[in-house]
Amino acid sequence: MSSKDKVIEVEHVYFSYEDVPVLEDICFSVEKGDFCVIIGPNGGGKTTLLKLLLGILKPDRGIIKVLGKNPRDVRQKLGYLPQHTDFKLSFPISVMDVALMGRLNKRRLGKRFTDEDRKKVEEILKMLDIWEYRHLHVGRLSGGQRQRVFIARALATEPEILFLDEPTAGVDPEHETGLYEILKELNKKMTIIVITHDIGVISRYARSIACVNRKLVFHEEGKITKEMLEMAYECPVDLIAHGIPHRVLPEHN
Amino acid sequence: MWSALQFEFMRNALFASIIISILCGIIGTLVVVNRLVFMTGGIAHSAYGGVGLGLYTGISPFLGAGIFAVLNAIIMGLATVKDRDRADTVIGVLWAIGMAIGIIFVDLTRGYNVNLMSYLFGSILSISKKEIYVSAFFTILLIGWVYLFYKELLAISYDEEFSYVIGIPVIPLYFLTLIFTAISVIIAMRMVGLILVIALMSIPPYIAENYTSSFAKMMALSSVFAMFFSISGLWISYYFNISAGASIIVVAGVGFFISYLLRAFKKRKRWV
Repeated sequence: MSSKDKVIEVEHVYFSYEDVPVLEDICFSVEKGDFCVIIGPNGGGKTTLLKLLLGILKPDRGIIKVLGKNPRDVRQKLGYLPQHTDFKLSFPISVMDVALMGRLNKRRLGKRFTDEDRKKVEEILKMLDIWEYRHLHVGRLSGGQRQRVFIARALATEPEILFLDEPTAGVDPEHETGLYEILKELNKKMTIIVITHDIGVISRYARSIACVNRKLVFHEEGKITKEMLEMAYECPVDLIAHGIPHRVLPEHN
Repeated sequence: MWSALQFEFMRNALFASIIISILCGIIGTLVVVNRLVFMTGGIAHSAYGGVGLGLYTGISPFLGAGIFAVLNAIIMGLATVKDRDRADTVIGVLWAIGMAIGIIFVDLTRGYNVNLMSYLFGSILSISKKEIYVSAFFTILLIGWVYLFYKELLAISYDEEFSYVIGIPVIPLYFLTLIFTAISVIIAMRMVGLILVIALMSIPPYIAENYTSSFAKMMALSSVFAMFFSISGLWISYYFNISAGASIIVVAGVGFFISYLLRAFKKRKRWV
């Protein structure tokens, strides 16, 4: 595999908040077309890693290359679903306005949105089953509906790499499966990096897994191993697989 | 009611309050949704240093206040852009320092200056034609700026991090917003004074936010509310022969409490 096919390359990256080390000596790479799932305990540095890859945070040491460049230089090619979507709930903004925001990267500063932009957003909203809410105030939607609005916004950027930070937090199970099916479909066109606590997702969708708990262990195959669980979690894990209800794995040492 | 309009100063005051209301509605919306209310208060109060400087050096106190306001806005912007968590402390400090500098300059200025009150509490009745033109010109400039960068301003105001990720120049637009806010504060200061200006910028958007799901409509509606408050305040001040600036703010304050109670009443479907 030549380095051309690597969309993300991370070498010896360190990051700390003030004096608290969050990530240490992170090395991994993601290939084009991957469906990479990032797992790990709370506070393990998953979101921090994502923000480093998006160019929001700057590493203390090490090199991060996204699409062969500094993440800051390829921001227009990245889509991002933040972890929290329940902010500024009284802000006067409609579903359509939020989704259109994703088109801003295609428009130069000061230019109006075009019919093409609206068409694209319409397509995405319909795909995510929220077209009927397009005129509603985002703050008045349920958590799951709002989550889909923000996914629509990330998709509206037509990214080469789509980053999702816990996309199914607050989404009901029916929509959760639907969402991952959509992501699977999108994965044909773009690389997907997703943080999730739902280990069941991995067995069905992941092509690679990154376990993050201050350090990172990368698994090129999307299978959960005992070591992976031990590394990622320092506590008992409840693992519920799709199709087999309540298959709980035994406590590991 | 119309009889008051036979006086030129009343006509000027009416025009001025309409223009300044539009200005305050637009910039106030940006201030409220970006949680810049405290910073705007800081910019307004610290501009007193510029008033003092103007009186001391003999240049126009408005020009002095304008320079001070823009400089303070930039300093506050620099201090807050990296560390939003400590923004309030920096603003509080600059707020006090600006006022202290103003007081010292006024002390150093020979003779007692009777006009001082008008900078603090406004004097819309003495507004000149030229000042109306300047206000109108600046308001048009502001509208043009907001129109041109509407999408970007909306995105930044709603979700700064996302705006940054997709490549919007967040920081330049943040500073431009602060500079526009600073100049608007000085223009609105003519009407209600630098101590009261914060109310005129925050109350109308606070009320307007309840009635719309569009940022642009919030700006328009805020301007309408501001106009209602300033024109009714103006009439009250004329009939009772009291300060126009204070009357306007009291009317706006009544509007605020009515809106606040309505909001609280709507939210009462929970125990706590």
